[in-house]
Amino acid sequence: MRSIWLASRLAWRQLTHQPARLASAVAGVVFACLLVFMQLGFHDALFDSATSTARAIRGDIIMFSRQSETTSRTSGLPRARLMQALADPDVARVTPIYLGQVIWKNPETAVRRSIMVLGADPDSGVFALEGASAAAERLRQRDTLLFDAQSRPEYGPIGERLARGATTVEVANRTTEVVGLFRLGASFAADGNLLTSDVNFHRLVRDRMPDMVDVGAVFLKAGADVSAAKTRLQRLLPDDVRVMTRDEFIANERAYWANSAAIGFIFLFGVGMGLIVGFVIVYQILFTDVANHLSEYATLKAMGYSDHYLLAVVFSEALMLAALGFVPGLALSWWLFDVSADATFLPMLLRPDMAAFVFVLIFAMCAASGAVAVRKLRDANPADMF
Amino acid sequence: MMPAIEIKGLEHWFGKGELRRQILFDIDLSTAPGEIVILTGPSGSGKTTLLTLIGALRAVEQGSLRLFGRELRGASDDDRIAVRRRIGFIFQQHNLLGFLSARQNVEMALELDPTIDAGERRSLASVMLAKVGLGERLDHPPSKLSGGQKQRVAVARALVGNPDLVLADEPTASLDKVTGQEVATLIERLARERGASILLVTHDPRILGIADRIIAMEDGRIVNAAENPCD
Ligand SMILES: Nc1ncnc2c1ncn2[C@@H]1O[C@H](COP(=O)(O)OP(=O)(O)OP(=O)(O)O)[C@@H](O)[C@H]1O
Ligand SMILES: [Mg+2]
Repeated sequence: MRSIWLASRLAWRQLTHQPARLASAVAGVVFACLLVFMQLGFHDALFDSATSTARAIRGDIIMFSRQSETTSRTSGLPRARLMQALADPDVARVTPIYLGQVIWKNPETAVRRSIMVLGADPDSGVFALEGASAAAERLRQRDTLLFDAQSRPEYGPIGERLARGATTVEVANRTTEVVGLFRLGASFAADGNLLTSDVNFHRLVRDRMPDMVDVGAVFLKAGADVSAAKTRLQRLLPDDVRVMTRDEFIANERAYWANSAAIGFIFLFGVGMGLIVGFVIVYQILFTDVANHLSEYATLKAMGYSDHYLLAVVFSEALMLAALGFVPGLALSWWLFDVSADATFLPMLLRPDMAAFVFVLIFAMCAASGAVAVRKLRDANPADMF
Repeated sequence: MMPAIEIKGLEHWFGKGELRRQILFDIDLSTAPGEIVILTGPSGSGKTTLLTLIGALRAVEQGSLRLFGRELRGASDDDRIAVRRRIGFIFQQHNLLGFLSARQNVEMALELDPTIDAGERRSLASVMLAKVGLGERLDHPPSKLSGGQKQRVAVARALVGNPDLVLADEPTASLDKVTGQEVATLIERLARERGASILLVTHDPRILGIADRIIAMEDGRIVNAAENPCD
């Protein structure tokens, strides 16, 4: 313990002796931190937003067409399947959900743009969305809908207009009234979202056969065993239906984007680049520290310092650089996450588990640089000192 | 009394295979505790090689080398590190750590001893630096000291831990005549105060005066071992 303390004190003195060099080493670590954080941030944000529709749907079990890969491109499911599911003794109710794309006209610029619309019985409470349940009464009226306040700005300043009382918009060539806002967010598949009742959905999306639904949200009776019910339903229903737990449904959505778009790899690559840059910078600093002071290190060995002690010195330097770089790296990333969230409308969130993960990565990166740099210590041979 | 250094039939080779060349031949040498021995001889005669063997910086290949009664032939790395802690080394170059002050450099020699606490280290180092005439420059970094002052710090570092043996290889070679002599006298005075043995390699005839005994080497052999005629 004592020699670890002394070794790290020596490391600290060596590091702080040349503030400019220390600053450049720390800047390298900060840079690596930023790169890694941003890559992970965008990665998580894109996946979070990709699964946002799936996560907005409540229900213990989800019924999905076998041919549907993702909620943003569904093949219909016969409504009769939902009725069949009711035969299971544990099923309390099944809510049909409708998903589709319609053309929205920006009320300020008149530019038309495709927007995602979600429809379900307003009283079903099937959407886990802020503002959805409160608006149930109004959504039951003809040609009403809610607008996603986190949609991209290209759809127009709907929130502002609502505050002014300007509620009329044109959707799918129909004059419609925006009766409130909800929050879901833009994603890969949709730049914006609308929420409406099942009845209004069919007014907007007219090419849909009325007996086809997109998702069936199954609610079980209190205390029911979800996985047992899932197995029974899958056995009960024909093969054109996929029965998933809600978590499986979300994971499926995530996997679709991860696999079909090679997005996971791109971000992994970015993280790797960040770590390599940081590794090289830290290695450079540590290596020159050792190489430029070989005779001093050799003198310490002659005096009776062990190799372990000198290893501890170099490793302490590495870990100190990690700590010194991580703190400002975290703070800067925090700020950049906000900036990026504003620019991209993606849910950029710096979660504690991400911070902990990056901390581990950065420490491992610095420790690896240290491990490579200490090999130079072998050249410090006290017998060559005289 | 047990001799500080006791060498019998020591031989040493450098190189491998075809290039293998014998550097030291049948060295016999003993020094008494507190004795100051100067080793001279032409360049390449093997003085430094002998010093590094005695300093436990190289493994002994053949013959017997006992330091403070402990056989170094076949000693493990850890044994050799332990032996080194009883030796004060002074090199031709000062080899001070540039990022430490004069006093912190001297303290490095004490940090190996867990029985000395931080306060004691500080005061021992300060006292030692005062003795080498640097009492006013405790907190100076090596870059702010002259060549002679740096070598004095190195002397203080070698002696502060009360070593049983001081090994010095041309400690005055990088200094001018006057400073060289001052540093040599300093080494002698401090070693005598502490009863440490000294083995000092030098080409400098002006510092032979500090020796109790002068040993000359030639082509890897000790050619004479006489009492210092200057005494
Ligand atoms: N590491 C080594 N590998 C191979 N040969 C070496 C090594 N070190 C020294 N030698 C050789 O051993 C011989 C003795 O060298 P040593 O350094 O001991 O001489 P020295 O008496 O100290 O000389 P000087 O007065 O020039 O310092 C020389 O011929 C030298 O070339
Ligand atoms: Mg020599």
